[in-house]
Amino acid sequence: MKKILKLSLIAIAVIGMNVNAGTFEKVKKEGVLHCGMSTGFAGFAEMGDDKVWKGFDIDMCRAVAAAVLGDANKLNNHSLTSKERFIALQTGEIDMLARSTTWTYSRDTSLGLNFAGVNYYDGQGFLVAKSLGVKDARELDGATFCLQTGNTTELNLADYFLQHNMEYKSVSYDTDAQVIAGFKAGRCDAITTDQSGLYSKLTVLDKSKYIVLPNIISKEPLGPVVRQGDDRWFNIVKWSLNAMITAEELGITSKNAADLAKNSNNPEIQRLLGVNGNLGEMLGLDAKWAYNIITQVGNYSESFEKHLGVNTPLDIKRGINALWTNGGILYSPPFR
Amino acid sequence: MFTNLYINIEARGIKTGFSFLNERAGFDISESPIAYNANSSFLDSFIVGIANTLYVSIFGIVFSTILGVIIGIARLSKIFLVSKLASTYIEVFRNTPLLLQILFWYNVVLVALPNPKQSIQLGADMILNNRGFSVPRPIMEEGFSFVIIAFFASIALVVYLSKVAKRKFEKTGVNTFLLPWNILILFSIPLLVYVIAGNPLSFDDPVLQGFNYKGGMTYTPEFLALAFSLSIYTATFTAEAVRSGIEAVDIGQKEASSDLGLSAYQSLKLVILPQAIRIALPPIISQCLNVVKNSSLAAAVGYPELVTIFSGTALNQTGQAIEIILMTMSVYLCISLIISLVLNYVNKKLEIKGR
Repeated sequence: MKKILKLSLIAIAVIGMNVNAGTFEKVKKEGVLHCGMSTGFAGFAEMGDDKVWKGFDIDMCRAVAAAVLGDANKLNNHSLTSKERFIALQTGEIDMLARSTTWTYSRDTSLGLNFAGVNYYDGQGFLVAKSLGVKDARELDGATFCLQTGNTTELNLADYFLQHNMEYKSVSYDTDAQVIAGFKAGRCDAITTDQSGLYSKLTVLDKSKYIVLPNIISKEPLGPVVRQGDDRWFNIVKWSLNAMITAEELGITSKNAADLAKNSNNPEIQRLLGVNGNLGEMLGLDAKWAYNIITQVGNYSESFEKHLGVNTPLDIKRGINALWTNGGILYSPPFR
Repeated sequence: MFTNLYINIEARGIKTGFSFLNERAGFDISESPIAYNANSSFLDSFIVGIANTLYVSIFGIVFSTILGVIIGIARLSKIFLVSKLASTYIEVFRNTPLLLQILFWYNVVLVALPNPKQSIQLGADMILNNRGFSVPRPIMEEGFSFVIIAFFASIALVVYLSKVAKRKFEKTGVNTFLLPWNILILFSIPLLVYVIAGNPLSFDDPVLQGFNYKGGMTYTPEFLALAFSLSIYTATFTAEAVRSGIEAVDIGQKEASSDLGLSAYQSLKLVILPQAIRIALPPIISQCLNVVKNSSLAAAVGYPELVTIFSGTALNQTGQAIEIILMTMSVYLCISLIISLVLNYVNKKLEIKGR
């Protein structure tokens, strides 16, 4: 709360002045990327044993740092609650936001922000105890839900129950930790949030006792966000994400990138890795920008499997987040 | 600066202004003293936030004051155990952060209480479980207004009787013991009217249905934990104010009253407390203000008061941080100013009049 008050005061002071300087120049000058992320969200942004933040969202920040500064580790992570995130971005405290943020019409149009693509297609679901005996969300009439405030979650829940003419009660907590504590103590019958979030919570709960219901009640395209009105920066973040997706499509990984740069005859691979053409120049970046992303962060698939995939505690399948060539909806415009 | 601010916000494409207040809020609020649902506007959610803040603050102020006065007097007790218990209580609860206490009580309450299917039944229709404390909701039917009128009439009668008794006391020195009569009047007259009007009050009982009890009135664990922590935390400060007030009364006053033959109780009631209250009131006023402001810590346990609802959920849905934070701050400012105006007026009345 104090933080949000502080940020609001900064908002008054900073927006009162004019800080619309180019984000790219600022990042270059400071030599570090200020990236807004979650306060702790298994798989997406969590502190590793070595005290370094890692996760799927962190990789998005690392990719941009690699593209702009040539070093994925030149990163300053800002932990933000869902209430603080947009203000922090608007005021210039952070350069970009990668915090499982749903791209919606009203956020895109009225907050002075731009969504630079989608790095995870999600949807809101429900987590219940197996002992409750519920198999479908439609059996949840009259149930109480624990949820984190400041999200699209509350709106979707209200819409869903209104639409199905069912009743519910909700308890809105400030932090994720309290959501889990409340749920474990039996304050509510179910947790509701994006499915990725539910799988993330399952890692701290007893997996044999809880299940995620199959129902998805909303579309939650999550993606990185930048300030509106800085088109160059917008392009850099957008194409950093696309570079990771295209790398997967072309079969470029962090391991074979160096080799492919030397030996591949595929013109598309050559263009992406900066061997041929002037793609880097068009973005105002080094020719090796995409090469740096792929070697230091990896392609989309590598990042996904490392933090979220079936070999992690989260155990999330690619599903609709697979490439369009593999039955998913992940699709990058061509690098040309 | 504000013109500059406005121009810059506009230039960045961030929405400004207060028109969002009339838009559909789209989210639900778990408890509300007034009618509210997802179709209500942001303005309604603002009002619900204020109402919930006031609701929990009033509970906090009333209970902390009662508890504080008792503990403050107990601390001065000559009985060792009582005074030590009181001072331990004060030291423990005054010296730990309120936020921790709220979280502690909330999680303790949640863990200690059973789930709805194994609820604890208290009395006829009161149900206690980890979803809250459910009691029957009284429904006033036609004719109940007569009972209310009768109740006020009997209060007027009691006030009149005590005035008569006081006059008699001043004239003759005979003290009439009115208490039993007063109680009789207060209860019997409204009860009589109630029966004549044909029992115009019914109850909506909580009934187990599906996942939880429906109907009745439910005090949620969030509300209970918050009201409880606010009360016991603030009571420590009130107790200290009361104690210092009593100790500040000149020792000669106590000696004089016992020389006059007043009992310990009489001396406390007639001599000490009236003077102590005068000294203790200003710090107690600031404690009441603190209750209102501290209630904003509710965000931690999800009680839907002003900060949780309006500068939490509504802020995030609209993204209009500046407008919303300004509105929230002015509400607290207004509530605090009103409380301090009222209590300062009382303080003025109680002051020793300059001679």
